[in-house]
Amino acid sequence: MADVLSVEAPAGAIALAETSRSTERLHRAIFIGLAAVLLVAPYLAYPVFVMKVMCFALFALAFNLLLGYGGLLSFGHAAYFGMSSYVCAYVAKNWGLTPELAILSGVLVSAVLGLAFGALAIRRQGIYFAMITLALAQMVFFFSLQAPKFTGGEDGIQAVPRGKLFGLIDLTGDRALYYVVAVIFMAGLLLIYRIIHSPFGQVCKAIRDNEPRAISLGYRANQYKLAVFVLSASLAGLAGATKAIVFQLASLTDVHWSMSGEVVLMTLVGGLGTVFGPIVGALVIVSMQNYLASLGAWVTVVQGVIFVVCVLLFREGIVGVIAKKIGRPL
Amino acid sequence: MFELLGIPPQALFGQVLLGLINGSFYAILSLGLAVIFGLLNIINFAHGAQYMMGAFVAWMCLNYLGINYWAALLLAPLIVGVLGVLIERFLIARLANLDHLYGLLLTFGLALIIQGLFRNNYGSSGLPYQIPDALKGGQNLGFMFLPNYRGWVVGASLVVCLVTWFMIEKTRLGAYLRAATENPTLTQAFGINVPLLVTLTYGFGVALAAFAGVLAAPIYSVNPNMGADLIIVVFAVVVIGGMGSIMGAIVTGFGLGLVEGLTKVFYPEASATVIFIIMVLVLLVKPAGLFGRAA
Repeated sequence: MADVLSVEAPAGAIALAETSRSTERLHRAIFIGLAAVLLVAPYLAYPVFVMKVMCFALFALAFNLLLGYGGLLSFGHAAYFGMSSYVCAYVAKNWGLTPELAILSGVLVSAVLGLAFGALAIRRQGIYFAMITLALAQMVFFFSLQAPKFTGGEDGIQAVPRGKLFGLIDLTGDRALYYVVAVIFMAGLLLIYRIIHSPFGQVCKAIRDNEPRAISLGYRANQYKLAVFVLSASLAGLAGATKAIVFQLASLTDVHWSMSGEVVLMTLVGGLGTVFGPIVGALVIVSMQNYLASLGAWVTVVQGVIFVVCVLLFREGIVGVIAKKIGRPL
Repeated sequence: MFELLGIPPQALFGQVLLGLINGSFYAILSLGLAVIFGLLNIINFAHGAQYMMGAFVAWMCLNYLGINYWAALLLAPLIVGVLGVLIERFLIARLANLDHLYGLLLTFGLALIIQGLFRNNYGSSGLPYQIPDALKGGQNLGFMFLPNYRGWVVGASLVVCLVTWFMIEKTRLGAYLRAATENPTLTQAFGINVPLLVTLTYGFGVALAAFAGVLAAPIYSVNPNMGADLIIVVFAVVVIGGMGSIMGAIVTGFGLGLVEGLTKVFYPEASATVIFIIMVLVLLVKPAGLFGRAA
C-alpha cells in the first residue's frame, strides 16, 4: 500500500504541473492572439474607438488587480484616472512636455495620490473601505471643480497637444498614436499578469482569502494591501494619462463618481478576478456606450440594469463563465 | 449692528441654520443607513436615490393629484418604503449569503436605474415645490430672522430621529431588532420571524430617506440628481460616526452639518470638502469612528 501511495503522489504532482503548464501555454497563445488582433485592428475598426477601448481596458485591469486579487473594493478609482489625466494634459499643454514625459508625470502623481489615499483607506475594512475611497475621490472631484486655473473647471483642459514621442515621432496622426497606445496597453497587461503570478501576487491572494491567517503566517498584510493599492492607482493613472493624450482632453467626467462606477461595471461584466475579463468588459461597455450614445440618459438606466443583472445572475462575468467551461483559469 | 468675529450675525446665524438643515438630512440618512447596515450587512447605495424619490413623490402628489404637503409627508415615505420592501424581497434577499460587497454593487445599479429614469422624464433642471401656506413667513428672533419652514425642518428631523432612537433602544420591537442584529440565527430560534424583520427594516430605512426627501423638497428644488452627491457626503458622515450607535449617527449628522455651515461663513472655499477632511482626520486618530466599536 505504502508503495502505491508513494508512486501516486508524484504522479499527481506531475499531472498538476502538466495542467499549469498547459494553462501557461493557453495564456501565451491568448497574449499572442491579442497582440495580433491589436496589430490589424486599426485597419478593421476606427482607431480612436480601439484606443478608447484600450484605455478603459487598462483602467479596468488596474481596478481588477485591486479587487480581484487584493480583495479591496475601491469605489473611487476615478480619482487616480482623472487626476493623472489632468496632470498629463496640463504639463503637455502648458509646459510643452513630450507625451511620454507627460504620461509619466500623470502616473507619478496618481501613485502619490494612491499612496496617501491607500494608507488612509486600509485603516478600515470591507464596506467602510469602499465608502472611504469613494469619499476621498469625491474630495478630488471638488478640488478639480474649484481649481479652474489647473483643471479648467467645467470646460476641462482642451486641445491638449499630442506632441512628438521622445521629441522625434509625430503622434498627430491616429495611426502612429494607435501603435504607441497599443504598446502601452500590452506593457500594462503584461505587468499586471506578472504581478498576479509573482510571489507578491500570491501573498495578496492569500490575504484576500483569509487575512488573519496570512497575518499569523507572518505576512504584514497592511503593507501588501498598500503596495497593491499603489500599483493599481498608478496603472489607473497610466490609463487616464494615455486617455488625455488620445482625446486631447481632460475633464470633470474623468474624476466623477460615475466613472468609478463604470470601471466597476466593466470588471464585473468581464469577470472579476480573471486576467482577461476586464478587457472583454471594457470592450462590451465602451461599445454599448458608443451605440447607445443617442439615447442620452437611457445609457445610465441600461448600465444600472446590467449591474443588477450581473450581481443577481451573472456574477462570474463573461470570461469567468468561459474559464469555468474549459476548466482553466483565464 | 454688532459683529461677531468680523461676521455680521445675520450671515453667521443664517449659515448656522442652513448647516443645521443639512445636518438634519445627514442625520436622518445616516440613521437609515446604520439601521439597514446593522441588520442586512449591506450599504444601501440607493439611499440617495430613495431620498430623491421621496421629494418626487411629494411633487407628483401635489401636481398630479392635488395632495398637499402634509399628506405627502406621510404618503411619500409610505410609497417609497413599500417600494423598498419589494426591492428587499425580490432582489436584495437573494444576496443573503454572498460577500456584502455585492449588496453595494446591486444597490448602486438600482440607484443608476432610478436616477436615470427620473432624469429621462423630468430633465435635470429641477422642479419648484412651494412651501406649504402654514409655514410661510418667519420669526424675528432679534439676532436673526428665522424662516418658519427652516425651523420646522430642523424640529421635525430632530423629532423623527429621537422617535427612531426610542423605538430601537427602548421598545420590544427594537429589542428584537437589536437581537437580530447581534445574532440572527439565535433570534430566529427564539421564534422571531427574522426575514420579515429584515424586510421591514429595509422598508423603514428607505422610508426615512423618503421623509427627508419630502422635507428637502421646498428648500432645494426637486431634482433627479439631488440624492447622488448627498449620499457620498453621508457615507463620509457614516465613516466619521461609525455605524455602531444610533445616537452616534444622529449627533454626528447634526454636528457635521453645523461644522459645514460654519465653514461656509469663515472659509467658503473649503465648505464642500470640510466633511471629507474631517473624515481623513478621524481615520488618522480614531479609525473605528467617533462612536464606532473597533472591528
